[in-house]
Amino acid sequence: MAGGEPPIGTQAMLSLDGLRALIEALAERGYQVLGPTVRDGAIVYDEVAKLADLPSGWTDQQDAGRYRLERRTDNALFGYAVGPQSWRRFLHPPIERMWRAHRTEDGFAIDATAVEAEPSKFAFLGVRACEIHAIAIQDKVLVEGPYVDTGYQRRRRDNFLVAVNCGQAGGTCFCASMNTGPKVDAGFDLALTELLDESDHRFLIEVGSVAGAEVLSALRHHAASPEDIAAADAVVARTAGSMGRVLDTKGLKELLQSNPTHPRWDDVAARCLSCANCTMVCPTCFCTTVEDHSDLTGQTAERVRRWDSCFTADFSWIHGGSVRPETKSRYRQWITHKLASWIDQFGTSGCVGCGRCVTWCPVGIDITVEAAAIRATPATSTETDHGRT
Amino acid sequence: MTEADPFVPLPYRVGRVRRETRDITTLELAPVTGVRPDYRPGQFNMLYAFGIGEVAISVSGDPAVPGGYVHTVRDVGAVSGAIAKLKAGAMLGLRGPYGTPWPVEAAEGNDVVFVAGGLGLAPLRPAIYRVLARRERYGRVVLLYGTRSPPDILFRQELERWRRRLDVEVLVTVDRADAEWRGNVGVVPKLIARAGFDPNGAVAMVCGPEVMMRFTANALHASGLALDHIYLSMERNMKCAIGLCGHCQFGPDFVCKDGPVMRYDRIADILTVREI
Amino acid sequence: MEGLERIVLAHPFFAGLEAELGPVVSGCARNHRFNPGQYLAHEGDPADEFFLIRHGKVALEILPPGQSPVVFSTEGEGDIVGTSWLVPPYRWRFDARAVELTRAIGIDARCLRDKCEADPRLGYEMMKRIAPILEGRLGDMRLQMLDVYGERAR
Repeated sequence: MAGGEPPIGTQAMLSLDGLRALIEALAERGYQVLGPTVRDGAIVYDEVAKLADLPSGWTDQQDAGRYRLERRTDNALFGYAVGPQSWRRFLHPPIERMWRAHRTEDGFAIDATAVEAEPSKFAFLGVRACEIHAIAIQDKVLVEGPYVDTGYQRRRRDNFLVAVNCGQAGGTCFCASMNTGPKVDAGFDLALTELLDESDHRFLIEVGSVAGAEVLSALRHHAASPEDIAAADAVVARTAGSMGRVLDTKGLKELLQSNPTHPRWDDVAARCLSCANCTMVCPTCFCTTVEDHSDLTGQTAERVRRWDSCFTADFSWIHGGSVRPETKSRYRQWITHKLASWIDQFGTSGCVGCGRCVTWCPVGIDITVEAAAIRATPATSTETDHGRT
Repeated sequence: MTEADPFVPLPYRVGRVRRETRDITTLELAPVTGVRPDYRPGQFNMLYAFGIGEVAISVSGDPAVPGGYVHTVRDVGAVSGAIAKLKAGAMLGLRGPYGTPWPVEAAEGNDVVFVAGGLGLAPLRPAIYRVLARRERYGRVVLLYGTRSPPDILFRQELERWRRRLDVEVLVTVDRADAEWRGNVGVVPKLIARAGFDPNGAVAMVCGPEVMMRFTANALHASGLALDHIYLSMERNMKCAIGLCGHCQFGPDFVCKDGPVMRYDRIADILTVREI
Repeated sequence: MEGLERIVLAHPFFAGLEAELGPVVSGCARNHRFNPGQYLAHEGDPADEFFLIRHGKVALEILPPGQSPVVFSTEGEGDIVGTSWLVPPYRWRFDARAVELTRAIGIDARCLRDKCEADPRLGYEMMKRIAPILEGRLGDMRLQMLDVYGERAR
């Protein structure tokens, strides 16, 4: 190994054993290493301590409303697309206690600091390009606005991201349409491309940060040859060319925002169960609600924050009723927010093309199909709402 | 968490409590420690009743008066009901102030038309105080107030005091009344034609139920006001009040941070879209 | 121009009326003064006159049996009271009571109807002035009916 740390942009080769060493090196540096594991028939992000924890030889078959794990003919460790979860689960957890309060002689006291957990230093292994973009989008929403989500900011701090360039596209993937993949371009510490043939199983590893360089310098690696780099590029190119879905984003924002009364909303509402699955699996959905509880004696109280969904009746409740009682308006809100008003709000689409909402919709509603349907027959002026008196 | 954690309410103590109408109460709130931050007319706070929950309530007091906040609450649910029932000396939690203000400075030099419906007079009251405190900076000042019936009239003494002034035109109307009522009966937009103001350049600040605001904005526009001189205070479900929870989205806007006070020309199109 | 014609044409309802129609309309007009509590009209009576309010305030009300009268609208300076004279059977459909001293111009409905029949140009002119008022009141009534300040179901 050469002395000093490899500069950012360095591409090197790592063996399977090198990957094992990477996991250990991260653990040694105090990171909680989280990566893909197989559980309950799905790829689930969980703690990873050794190579055997990774989904060796598994792939996923995904389509609208369908997800199946299947055996591969090889032992690829990252030979699947994405599972139901995203890293949001760790950075923006589904349930979080915000604070506790207790009665005092003259009122009550709120104890925010007692709730603060020991901050975890997360290392995420196997982060896909779409997921890096999703994290960047949540950063925009939760940290880069006028108000900061302090909990998210704390959990996001000192993350170590080991990205993986996708070796195959899932059946519902459309990152190529959203310019969010399949190749990772920024926002990672180290990026892997899995290279696998009959004779060899190794990784092209690219340095994306100073922290990444430091970790790589501690691993046994060797320089990547032009052939290695070409092989890695070929992997990504093949993935890019085999996207399961396509979403035409040209003028999509204006298209959706100018069609709030399109008949397609009735059509999708007839299928949509308003179950909120799409919002639970989406890596960028950030909506939350809070619940205030007190104990039976009324002496202590707490506020708990939970993921919420624009598909619930309570979501838009103002005294007396829900602003969006109908499924069609909830679906319209979701897709219009995701693909259109998100751009007004945060300067970026809220969709990264990961396909999870398509796969995990129990009735197979497909965001790319719905957007295309609105595009196919934009509403005529006679279909606009004439509600103003 | 840091000291400035926007999710953690600060303790405030209830001072004077005033029962305004059958279901509307005004509370004076003073910070238990430190000083109340400055706020601008039209802004709101998140008020927390211990163990029950939090609700967004506009400030209804005079921004020139230091010390605490004044909030006027209508008992419409578990949280607002609990807050409305608080007695002097009780504690509640408060986060804020949040949201966009009424354009009281931008309106200087012009006629000002306040149009309030029902409890909508409360979020407008700080702007009325501010304008009256600097009365010389404005043209004609008109306050049009509509509510359900004579016993529902909010801030009645104040309305009468303002009406006695010679430099404010105050018109009040109710939706229904018996023959005892000597005042106007009819909807508040109907008062627009009766009020004396110059629509050219006049700035209107409108607060009330959304349908009332829609009708009023149309009537103001029909009377000659420019769309971008009409401001409405919107209401949507709010959990965080700082643009992070997603609940209050109204088209591309978050009512909590892009509102509640919004310029009519920017929202007129989606205001009439059902269930937006 | 006679005094009455001047007063009639000064009312917003007739604002901008063609000069030659002035005498035609004011030929059907007369002046009224109602003290507080006096009625301009009673429900069920022939609608043989309608009123242009010059100043004061008039409550339009309906009396449900066993209850006190319900005022559903008040009309004041510049408003008109009465539209039932336009359509058969030409009968008042509410009571109109002066809340305060009210001065009004009464227009003889039969007189004006006959003149409108004789001169469709006058008839159309009248319709163009009355239709916006009816449309506006219909909108106001809708808003009133919504009871937007009322309690909503929890």
